[in-house]
Amino acid sequence: MALAFYLSFTKWDGLGDPKPVGLANWRKLLDDPRLTQSLGVTLLLMVASWVFQTVVSLLLGVWAAGQQRNRAILSAVFFVPFLLSSTAIALLFYALLDPNFGIIQANILGSTDGAFLAIVFVGAWQFIPFHTLIYQGGARQIPEVLYQAAAIDGAGRYRQFFSITLPQLRHTITTSTVLMVVGLLTYFETVLILTKGGPGTDTAILPYLMYEAGFKNYDFGYASAIASFLVVAATGLSLLLVRLTGFGRMRSTREGM
Amino acid sequence: MSHDTLPRPATAGERPEQPGRRPDGRRRRHWTRRPNPVAGLGSAIWLVIVVVPIYAMLSASLTGPDKALTGNPLSPPTDPTLDNYNTVLHSGFWHLLSNTVIVAVAVVGIVLALCVPLAYVAVRTRTRWSGLAFRLFLLGVAIPAQAVVVPLYLLIAKLDLYDTLLAVILPTAAFAMPVAVLVLVGTLRDVSEDLYEAMALDGASPLRMLFQLAIPLAKGGISTVVIFSALQAWNGFLFPLIFTQSDGPRVLTLGLFNFVSQFGVNIPALLASVVLSGIPIFTVYLVARRALVGGLMGVGGK
Repeated sequence: MALAFYLSFTKWDGLGDPKPVGLANWRKLLDDPRLTQSLGVTLLLMVASWVFQTVVSLLLGVWAAGQQRNRAILSAVFFVPFLLSSTAIALLFYALLDPNFGIIQANILGSTDGAFLAIVFVGAWQFIPFHTLIYQGGARQIPEVLYQAAAIDGAGRYRQFFSITLPQLRHTITTSTVLMVVGLLTYFETVLILTKGGPGTDTAILPYLMYEAGFKNYDFGYASAIASFLVVAATGLSLLLVRLTGFGRMRSTREGM
Repeated sequence: MSHDTLPRPATAGERPEQPGRRPDGRRRRHWTRRPNPVAGLGSAIWLVIVVVPIYAMLSASLTGPDKALTGNPLSPPTDPTLDNYNTVLHSGFWHLLSNTVIVAVAVVGIVLALCVPLAYVAVRTRTRWSGLAFRLFLLGVAIPAQAVVVPLYLLIAKLDLYDTLLAVILPTAAFAMPVAVLVLVGTLRDVSEDLYEAMALDGASPLRMLFQLAIPLAKGGISTVVIFSALQAWNGFLFPLIFTQSDGPRVLTLGLFNFVSQFGVNIPALLASVVLSGIPIFTVYLVARRALVGGLMGVGGK
C-alpha cells in the first residue's frame, strides 16, 4: 500500500527504476476528465447494483430459508451461476449479447445505457446467488418464537416480514453490503471482457481506468495515483457503512430478549 | 489423558450458548408452510433468468459452427455435435486445468497454515499487540486487489517471480487471508472458555489446545475458509492476467480470455470452453453441495 502511494509520485514505465516526479501524477489525475466520468460511472454502478442485488437476494434468501422441498431444489439451481468464474460469465454474456448470434438481435453493448445495464445485470446474475445464501443463513437464525409471538398478535405475513425479518437481518444486510461494495471492484473482469470500457469510455469504471493506464499505456506512476485514490475511496466507504449501521459495536440483534 | 474431558465436535451445536444453531431436524417453521403465491411467482421469474442463459450456452456449444449464426439460440440444436468440445480439449485445456488445480491447492494450503494459528492467537491472547494486528488484518478486507497490483507487479518483478505460478499463488493467498481470519475468529470465539480452562487444568500446552480443541471445534469455519479461498483461486483473473504472460503458467480463467482471440467468431467453441471450465467446480458442487453451501453461508457470518 505504502509502495503504491510512493509510486504515485514517480514516473515508471515498468522497466528500469521509478523516477520521482513530485505531484505531476496527482495533478494529471485531477485534471483528467475521464476521472470524473469514471468516478460517476463507478458510483452509479455501485448504487444500481446494490439496489438490484440487495432487493432480489434479500427476498430470495428469506424465501429460500423455508424448509420446503421445492425451495431447496430451486435454491440448488439458483446457486449454479456462482460456480462459474467472472471470466466465464462475462464470456457467456458476451456471446449471448453478440448482435449476430445472441438472444436479442440488437447491439446492446454498443449503446451507453445498454452497456451499463448489461454490466449491472451480468454482475447481479453472478453475485445474487452468493448474497441469497448469506440472507438465507441470516433468516434461518431468526428465532422462531418471534414469529410465533407475532402470529398470536395477529400480524400477517407482510407485517411479519417488515417488523421481524428485516430488523433482525440488519447485520446481515451490512455484511452483504460491504461485501458487495468491495466486490464491485472485481467487476473489472466483466467490464474488460464485455465492453472494454466502451462505448468510448462510457463504462470505464475506476479499476478499469487504472488497468489501462498501467498495463496498457505502461504509465505505472499514474496508475498508482488512481489506485491510491481507489483505496481511499473504498476504505472510506466501508468504514462509513460500518459506522452508519453500528456494526462495529458488536451488539447482538437479540438484545432485550 | 485429557481426551475424555472433551466433548466431541458433533455435539458442539447443541450447547446452550448458541441458540441460533439447531440441528436441521429440530427446526419448525409454520410461518412459511402456508403457500405464498407472490414469492412463488418471484422465484419462478428468477428461475427463468438463471436457466435461460445456461440453457442457451449448453445448446449453442453443441451446435456446429456453420449453423450457429443462422439458428435461434433458444431452439434445441438440430443435430448435436461434440466437435466444439474436441476443439477446445485439443487447445491445451488439460495444461490450463492442471495449472489451476496447483494454484488452488497451494492457495488453500498457505491460507490454512497461516490463518488458523493467527486467528487462534487473536482470540486467545488479550494483549494490545494482538488486537492491533487483528484490526490491521481486517483493514485488508477493504483493500481491493486492483489497488495494489502496480506495487505488487514491482515486487514480483524484483523477486524474479514474473511469469511463474508462484506469482499467482502468493498474491491470491494474501488476498484470501483477511476474510479467512475474520471467519476463523468468528468461529473460534464461540469455543467456550470453560473448555480451555479444563484443558489447561489437565496441563495441556497452548499448541495442544490448538490442535485438540480449537481445530476440531472450528471445523465449520475451516471448511468455509477452504471453500472460499479455493473458489477465489479457481476463479481469479486479475493476478494471472497481470503477473503471467507465457503459456507455461497460464491458468484456466486467463486461457478462457485468450480463447476469445483464438476462436474469434467461433462462438460455439467459445461457449464450449466456458462449459468445460465450469465442469470441475460443478462436479464438486454435486458431490459436496451441503458442505459448499454451508461453508459459503459462513462468510456472511453471524
